[in-house]
Amino acid sequence: MAAEAEYPAVPVKVTVNGVKHDARVEPRTLLVYFLREHLNLTGTHVGCDTSQCGACTVHMNGRAVKSCTILAVQANGADVTTIEGLAKDGTLHPVQEGFHEMHGLQCGYCTPGMIMTGVHLLETNPNPNDDEIKHALEGNLCRCTGYVNIIESIKWAAAKMKREG
Amino acid sequence: MFPASFGYVAARSVDEALELLAKHGEDGKILAGGHSLIPAMKLRLSSPRTLIDLGTVPGLQGVKIDGGNLVIGALTVHADIASSDLVRKHVPGLADAASVIGDMQVRNRGTIGGSVAHADPGADFPVILTALNASCVVQSAAGNRTIAVDDFFTDFFSTAMNPNEILTEIRLPLPAPSTGTAYAKFPHPASGYVVVSAGALIVRQASGSCATARIAMGGLGSTPIRATGTEQELQGKALTSQNIAAAAAKAAEGTDPVEDSYAGAEYKQHVATVYARKAIEAAVQRAATN
Repeated sequence: MAAEAEYPAVPVKVTVNGVKHDARVEPRTLLVYFLREHLNLTGTHVGCDTSQCGACTVHMNGRAVKSCTILAVQANGADVTTIEGLAKDGTLHPVQEGFHEMHGLQCGYCTPGMIMTGVHLLETNPNPNDDEIKHALEGNLCRCTGYVNIIESIKWAAAKMKREG
Repeated sequence: MFPASFGYVAARSVDEALELLAKHGEDGKILAGGHSLIPAMKLRLSSPRTLIDLGTVPGLQGVKIDGGNLVIGALTVHADIASSDLVRKHVPGLADAASVIGDMQVRNRGTIGGSVAHADPGADFPVILTALNASCVVQSAAGNRTIAVDDFFTDFFSTAMNPNEILTEIRLPLPAPSTGTAYAKFPHPASGYVVVSAGALIVRQASGSCATARIAMGGLGSTPIRATGTEQELQGKALTSQNIAAAAAKAAEGTDPVEDSYAGAEYKQHVATVYARKAIEAAVQRAATN
């Protein structure tokens, strides 16, 4: 389309889950669609698409962010981790394991975002109380009403990470 | 949802961003963290033809002390303000506000400069910055100028900045000893935006009475509104619960809040008196230990 040719694709160099990517994207490409449709990393979900629900949460330079509200070009030079990058050598991250052990999900749609937020919380506050977990999860919505077990899952992970250093 | 197509330029300096802004005129828009602009673009409420990214400009982030001022770079994200030792020590009311904006992920990306320049009447920073007597430093090709916060917000989503200017930093006078600052917010339960909020700065005399009060209210109009009736009522009075409640009762005087499906005008005015009292009580407590 002529209208699109007016706005040339721009280069994006980004490291995702340890792999360097050198891509060209249309400027309006959102990071979540870059991850899902260009890199085929479909573990990051699109829920509300209005920065409310947190299903699209990934880590960018070590911080939990909503990838539906970031342009792919804004991730130029960044280090991104998605849910696919959490497990190491086939071993689940303790937060992933916690959601499994404590039944922290029902349908699972919100789970990747919940886990990415939980991991970032425990990186900044390794021993959160219930109120701190609730405050950290304000930007992640679960429509199966499963918050009680999500909080238990994160507490399970915190205890395991503390035990194992 | 996708924004309408646009061109993108990563600025390398404020000067370059200003040149690009001059070149693109009304078709150009400055991008900071993007947490107000990108949602607006996805909803097609805003369709700039060129985004000029300030996020790639070095030196616009961080909190520092410069002379008698606390200086916050426009690209500093909310989370870094909430956790800044300098902010928590000197103006804890600003940390209160930064820690209740949006949610954790939003606080990790949204910037103070973006929030202030966007001037959303439901935002938190404009209210607390009004209480803290902040100044906004804006840069243009002609140089820098400083706009007092009381003159900065002019209407819904409108500021005293000219189209050829970029907000580069927020400056806050370092409070005198025995000053307390606080922010109290009644958020909309779904959106998290302000229904009503209050920012307070109280300078306490050794006698326990109030030397100075600056009280700003959010949610009662198109911009933050100084609660001058409350300020005058506190002036010189003993900072007792009774006097604080009497002063807070005047927090919504003379306002005409916009009614919405969640809250009527009279309700907002009532809630304003409650949150003004909460903010003043918290500021007084901090002033007593500062």
